[in-house]
Amino acid sequence: MSHGPLLFKDIDAPGLTGIETYRKQGGYEALALVLGKKSPAECIDIVKASGLRGRGGAGFPAGLKWSFVPKDSPKPRYIVCNADESEPGTFKDRELMEKNPHLLIEGIILAGYAIGSKTGYIYLRGEFAYVQTIVDRAIAEARAAGLLGDDILGSGFGYQMHTHLGAGAYICGEETALLTSLEGYRGQPRLKPPFPAVEGLYACPTVVNNVETLMNVPHILKHGAQWYRQWGTEKSAGTKVLSVSGPVKRPGNYEIPLGLPLRTLIESPEYCGGMRDGLQVKAVIPGGSSVPMMPASQLDTPLDYESLNAVGTFLGSGGVIVIDDQTCVVDALWNMIRFYQHESCGKCTPCREGTYWMAEVLERIERGEGRETDIGLLEDVADNILGKSFCALGDAAAMPVQGAIKHFRDEFEYHVKHKRCLVNRRRQAVLEVTA
Amino acid sequence: MSHAPVMPLEAPATLEWPENVKAEVAEAISRYPVERSAVLPLLWIAQRTWGWVPPAALRLVARSLELPEPEVFGIATFYTMFNLRPVGRHHLQVCMTLSCSLMGSDRLFRHLEQKLGVGHGQTTPDGRFTLRRVECLAACGGGPCMQVGLDYHENLDEAKVDALLEKLK
Repeated sequence: MSHGPLLFKDIDAPGLTGIETYRKQGGYEALALVLGKKSPAECIDIVKASGLRGRGGAGFPAGLKWSFVPKDSPKPRYIVCNADESEPGTFKDRELMEKNPHLLIEGIILAGYAIGSKTGYIYLRGEFAYVQTIVDRAIAEARAAGLLGDDILGSGFGYQMHTHLGAGAYICGEETALLTSLEGYRGQPRLKPPFPAVEGLYACPTVVNNVETLMNVPHILKHGAQWYRQWGTEKSAGTKVLSVSGPVKRPGNYEIPLGLPLRTLIESPEYCGGMRDGLQVKAVIPGGSSVPMMPASQLDTPLDYESLNAVGTFLGSGGVIVIDDQTCVVDALWNMIRFYQHESCGKCTPCREGTYWMAEVLERIERGEGRETDIGLLEDVADNILGKSFCALGDAAAMPVQGAIKHFRDEFEYHVKHKRCLVNRRRQAVLEVTA
Repeated sequence: MSHAPVMPLEAPATLEWPENVKAEVAEAISRYPVERSAVLPLLWIAQRTWGWVPPAALRLVARSLELPEPEVFGIATFYTMFNLRPVGRHHLQVCMTLSCSLMGSDRLFRHLEQKLGVGHGQTTPDGRFTLRRVECLAACGGGPCMQVGLDYHENLDEAKVDALLEKLK
């Protein structure tokens, strides 16, 4: 079902994981156009002008991030591709890498050229071992074709690339934890500043970019910044892959022009085709489980960075989780907070203890043992995590709690008062499994 | 990986890399300017070689990278995917996070528990299956999803799972 105008345009072409088919589609042409022909500074300027923002979750302008790498550093520089894709609701990078690995390789080489790096690592989450096989094969093909190695296409520019497999830890999607993990330690975050652009991998200047971000780069450098801006809005330029899950008719990855209304994505036959029979939308988590949910009344919000911020949530990683009207919000939230409790790395107290306590309180509300003070208690704990934890994982656990209570306080109150869900099609199975 | 031979729990006190993986170990180390970066790759090689990561393999990884043993123990316990106890021939990992849960993973997990007679983290007496609840596998659009060894199985229901188990001998 996945489709889209740019990254997903010809992604189902037979044989695209192989270098020949990729080249027939115009692959590696950007390398030939750029290496030795455009200066690294020009490349950074083009990516800046394109308006490309980080597609992993934070939405930071990609060109600007590249420009933070010190020009005069004598140390080696690294590109690290964040292919950890661990944000619940997000499954785009997996499909992108599985189907078009050479586009990622080309993007990393170009990013490396722009910042003066000679080595790149692709950090894949441990569950993606089979994706690693696909990417490794593509890297070997590119090397054999002289597109990786000491002197790419006679340009004098050389580049090496390796994949690196994680082993099951959500925190390793956080860029400093990812770098710590890649260095061979427990994947715990480190203080920023210094930011990775200045002191990243092995304390060397490092740019960490998401898979989707890097895959846009060859297209942008080949066709130009203005061409890329044919999609999206002034501040949210280009396309974004949204991974839609939950009980819609056709879940999947949809690459949309930024600014498309959420309602269109969910209801249009071109995309998800509406909800499964008998269900209505109750709430939508638009950007992966870390962002506050939106009620169905906000379905007309355009999917771009600014419009979602205006209604109190985020585009994040683009993991759109659709929650139906037969599902209990308390139960759904409890599920998410169990995730953060499990994944908290344990480094800082607000996150380690706070996620535990939020899960405890949510469980007792869901089991019908909630107290009148519990909703306030949840808000208080969330408030003591948000902005007070060492890294963004704590915020990611606190924001969904705040969002759910803000929009569905009546459901929490009903739960505490009546000792049961207002509605919940999954209650029995959930309570049995978590018993 | 599902079919990796499983070393019995009474593992030997010391292990060495078998001849046929020595080149792979050396190659993994050569990928990084700092040797200890190869700790996860080496733990993966150990798990592929012995089916799980016995204490002697942790010591072997430490020795190979000149790291203190407790550091490697600490790393191996931090990441969820290293099996520090033997697992069954087929490691059934059912995603329980929200998207899969909305599509019925809780019911599916109950079905597996009842069918196999084991709970989370347990292995069937014949050593065939280990059942485990896991967090998001990045297969949310294909929920409910289960990873068996390294293979993804998506859009599952009870009937599909039953058919799949039949094939996993």
